[in-house]
Amino acid sequence: MAVAKEDVIWIEEPEMGFWEMTFLPAIFDGLKTTIKHVTNYQPVTQQYPEEKPVLPLHYRGVHRLNRDEKGRVKCVACMLCATACPADCISIEASAAPPDWPDRDKFPATFVLDELRCIYCGMCEEACPVDAIELTHIYDLTGETRAELMYDREKLLDVYDKTKDDPRDPLRTRRGKLGPAAEFGSLPTVAPATQVTPGDRSAQSTAPGTIHTYNNPNPFDDPGTAR
Amino acid sequence: MPTAIINNQPLELKPGEQLNCIQAAQRIGYEIPSYCWHPALSVVASCRMCLVEVGDTKPDGTVVMQPKLVPGCQTPVKEGTVVIADSEKVKAAQKATLEYLLLNHPLDCPTCDQAGECFLQDYSYKYGRGYSRLQEPKNIKPDKDHIGENITLFTDRCIMCTRCVRFTREVSGTSELQVVSRGSAEQIDIFPGIPCDNKLAGNVVDLCPVGALCSKDFLYQQRVWWLKTTKSVCPGCSTGCSVDVDQNEDQLYRLTPRSNPMSQGDFMCDEGRFGWKYIHSDQRLTFPARRKNGEVRTRDWDDIIPSLQKALTKAVAKAPEKCAAVFSPWMTVEEAYMLASYLRGLSPKVKLALGPVKTVGEDDTYPKDFYGKPMEPVKFTIRAEKAPNRRGVQMVLNHFAGAATTLGDLAADGAAGKLEAIYLVGGDPTGWLEPQQATGLGKAALVILQDFMPSAISDRADFMLTGGSFAERDGSFVNYKGLAQEIGRAIRGPDGTRPDGRILWDLTGRRGLFNAAAVRKEMAEKIPAFAAFAQGSLSDFGVLLNEHGAPEPHVVVKA
Repeated sequence: MAVAKEDVIWIEEPEMGFWEMTFLPAIFDGLKTTIKHVTNYQPVTQQYPEEKPVLPLHYRGVHRLNRDEKGRVKCVACMLCATACPADCISIEASAAPPDWPDRDKFPATFVLDELRCIYCGMCEEACPVDAIELTHIYDLTGETRAELMYDREKLLDVYDKTKDDPRDPLRTRRGKLGPAAEFGSLPTVAPATQVTPGDRSAQSTAPGTIHTYNNPNPFDDPGTAR
Repeated sequence: MPTAIINNQPLELKPGEQLNCIQAAQRIGYEIPSYCWHPALSVVASCRMCLVEVGDTKPDGTVVMQPKLVPGCQTPVKEGTVVIADSEKVKAAQKATLEYLLLNHPLDCPTCDQAGECFLQDYSYKYGRGYSRLQEPKNIKPDKDHIGENITLFTDRCIMCTRCVRFTREVSGTSELQVVSRGSAEQIDIFPGIPCDNKLAGNVVDLCPVGALCSKDFLYQQRVWWLKTTKSVCPGCSTGCSVDVDQNEDQLYRLTPRSNPMSQGDFMCDEGRFGWKYIHSDQRLTFPARRKNGEVRTRDWDDIIPSLQKALTKAVAKAPEKCAAVFSPWMTVEEAYMLASYLRGLSPKVKLALGPVKTVGEDDTYPKDFYGKPMEPVKFTIRAEKAPNRRGVQMVLNHFAGAATTLGDLAADGAAGKLEAIYLVGGDPTGWLEPQQATGLGKAALVILQDFMPSAISDRADFMLTGGSFAERDGSFVNYKGLAQEIGRAIRGPDGTRPDGRILWDLTGRRGLFNAAAVRKEMAEKIPAFAAFAQGSLSDFGVLLNEHGAPEPHVVVKA
């Protein structure tokens, strides 16, 4: 639709004065900025690799496999990470746990993570029910062959040994214990689903939905005795 | 016609039919959860998961409901029965039952093999409350590795449905499993020194609705949600049990029985269940070959098929009565039909023979008593004939008026120099050819072998066609009573192998890709005995070649 003539407002360019026509004020204005940068030098360039960046705490880098308090691999080979992985980069072969590991049925006989195929989304970490796999702050991952970057169980445990004392890579969960899925102390407080009388034990519980282990306050420290 | 009311919906009952509430609800498409009830086992009503409200219609038309909830599995549905399975009262009972079942059940789903196909998981999700109010430590019992050679028991996961105990008492009859102790100490165990090693023992693993009884063979191998399932038929014997073939990335992991009232029922034997390991054997023939004077000329399919066509045509033109083919009882009917019609198309004088059909002992029927004596009524039979499709191949050969000769006669002919060309089809992983037969047959001028495992003649064959195992082929097997069931291609075989159907499809000069259903349609037109193949696809339960129509699954019909 054409614009009506009476709606059109014509604006003339303001006429330039004498000094403006010489362009000198504009030149000096520009020189002022240049001189300011020379005398007051404040660079934003980071001198990588001499200078390492400080990454946010939630940065997701190379994976590690955590160890439990006895130094064994914490992973229970449930393969939920491999199931969650959108890049399909984790392959695990499970095997029955050694007889002197009474607290678990199976463990990863092999655990291979293809660091080249990984997209570092962190879903494996989220899926892990025992907090065994975590992403660290290591980002400068290099290798000469593809095979070198297929991280196996020992290599992933090495990453744990290297990063566990780094303040930027704390164990994100309680050190040495199994994760929240294995411990019921932290389930949210919810009301009983069916109506109970006020005298019912479940109604008196401070946090219904939690399991207190009165006889064995730390059931997961030495589960061997529970069997 | 008697009518019952299930969840306010009328259900017409067929005369003489005995349904319980669970089956009646299945008819209207409603699931009543249950653990201990199984259609093939007796009713104990011990898990209390199927509690429903049941009432009766009185002669004056009023409905009188029973005051208490009753177990649906042992309540028959008859004329005028009213079943309410979706009321608040029923739902509250289901919630409470599940809470009790889960009191001592460990929450180790991530490391439990049953996770993904576990009824406790499914029902907790659908009917459960989502959390436990138990404040005391769980009652954990020790695992038992000694239950059987192929079975292990995670005692703490057991919910005491006793399906396994009833199976060993009623179906296998061997009664190895029992409930020991009572109350909170009760657990499944064997009699000391008598492990559960009967030939049907593997079924207790499938029957277990939770992860308590696990197969040692499959334990920790795969998470079940990774397995892709193909419907197939066990090739172990002529019973032809319907099975599911579970594979991932072309690696077969397990066979499980698929319920089929037309063939075997709900179970399968351990011979079939664990007898597929040859599929991944490193002995397998992995590449085809065309040999001349014993030297391999090529291993290229694109060369082998045309030169085989030429060589066969030449040999048949030279002396048709001296050409013969041996059909294996491990072939599918489609393969047998394609090969027979092709050879008879070259010349009607070509001899067709049925290869050796292995028989081991006698038919083994279950249940048995404690001393191993078979009992009536028979609930499961492991047949002596250890080939899946003797009957189907025989039917094809009968049509072509073949089977006039045997492998032994042909071997004698060969030894006497009376053989020009011989087309041998193997496929029996336990071996099918005796060395002296191989020497006799090897004297033929042209030896063609289609097999997947090495045999005495595989190095002599002028044309070696590397086929596939039952899990790599499409087609159908006909079992002992004439039930044709489809087998499906579940995995790809080693690189140089091709499904036998494809080899024959190409050899017979058909165009496009091998299509078993198309061959079946062709057979239905050409062979009257296979008229039931007219649809192309056989249903999940298969098609009886002698009579039509299938009974409904899991319906007990009064005698």
